[in-house]
Amino acid sequence: MVGNTLAAARPARWPAVLPRAGLVAAALAAVLAVAALAGLRYGLLLAIGLGFGMVLEGLRFGFAGPWRAMILRREPAGLLAQLLAIALVAVAAFPLLAGNGAELSGAHAPVGIAMLGGAFVFGVAMQVVLGCGSGTLVNAGSGNPVGLLALPFFAIGSFAGATHLSWWTGLGAAPVVVLAGAGGLALTLAGLAAVAGWALWRAAPGTRRLPRRLWLAAGLVAALALANLVVAGQPWGVVYGLGLWAAKGASLLGADLAGSAFWGAPGHAERLRASLLTDVTSLTNLGIIAGAFGVAAWRGGLAQPLPRLPARAWVATVLAGLALGYSSRLAFGCNVGAFFSGISTGSLHGWAWFAMAFAGSIVGVRLRPFLGLEAR
Amino acid sequence: MATRRLTAALALALVAGVLALDRVQGAPPDPFAAPPPFALGSGLAAGGAHCAALPE
Repeated sequence: MVGNTLAAARPARWPAVLPRAGLVAAALAAVLAVAALAGLRYGLLLAIGLGFGMVLEGLRFGFAGPWRAMILRREPAGLLAQLLAIALVAVAAFPLLAGNGAELSGAHAPVGIAMLGGAFVFGVAMQVVLGCGSGTLVNAGSGNPVGLLALPFFAIGSFAGATHLSWWTGLGAAPVVVLAGAGGLALTLAGLAAVAGWALWRAAPGTRRLPRRLWLAAGLVAALALANLVVAGQPWGVVYGLGLWAAKGASLLGADLAGSAFWGAPGHAERLRASLLTDVTSLTNLGIIAGAFGVAAWRGGLAQPLPRLPARAWVATVLAGLALGYSSRLAFGCNVGAFFSGISTGSLHGWAWFAMAFAGSIVGVRLRPFLGLEAR
Repeated sequence: MATRRLTAALALALVAGVLALDRVQGAPPDPFAAPPPFALGSGLAAGGAHCAALPE
């Protein structure tokens, strides 16, 4: 009886297996193609991006959603998983950076007026669209229409923010402060433990346990972030690549960026001329979108109907997308480049970013219903 | 009723568009000028751009 049932089920299973095999084959082909066209390092970076996309979508590891859960329902699990992943990266990244400073660089930036304001605005905007830097990429890849609409405006905002960055940093910034060595690592881990302690203290009853999927996700995200550092020589980032895409578009439309203080600078001008297949954050960004698509297609999530949202929700999405891009340039990164990579490589600006963006998120979660993005 | 298949396909089209735009606007990559596979141990300074980097 059982044998008959299995035999009967076999033909029906094939239609599901074939598309999944196609997804795996397409991912491998894309990685091999980039390695062949641009070099092995770039193929590896695309693979790392695909890994990020698969883990973030597949294990539902995010940033905006867990902050929202902590603020509205006092559920700390997602935030604790973020802190765990950051701690795991820090434990390996601090000695790697200390011993290989010529080859590896951290996500180090100064705390400043525009940086603090940018982080606050980013926190507001990421709660409006419920997608941060990595989240917007994941959402777009998995077919979330809000993420898809926000993404191009995120890129345009990032381009504009980078273009104006020198003016904003001129408003005032402290010297770059980097926590380094054993003392710096101890201070970083103590800070993460203190935030975790606060989250556990604030937690609603019965919400203090971290589900197994988040333990796994934190470990995998940390491993991928370390792989990014070892392969690229720099930590995981998102925002630079998005701004570069828009800058290339502007250049193609006839904009002269040679006179721009940012895009005309030698390093950035070189990136504008070079292929995106050799840009670190572009490759991981493309991988995140494709990886999230793959997971969503794999488990049948693309059959989900699109939500019906009022016009003001779409307008809010466009404006929030622009704000995400612009503010994250001023803040020297988003949840990935500043919060995750900044803290895990010892930058004080990562901590300042976290405080300001969390405060912005408290405003953002309250703003979201009024913009038509959820039932009031 | 429209489903996420539509929007996910648009996301992939966006990726394809970005790569096509880059092919028109940027120089083609040269695999023979590629850096070593791993920055760690390469002896070369990190050359990529990051959002945390200060404006040059």
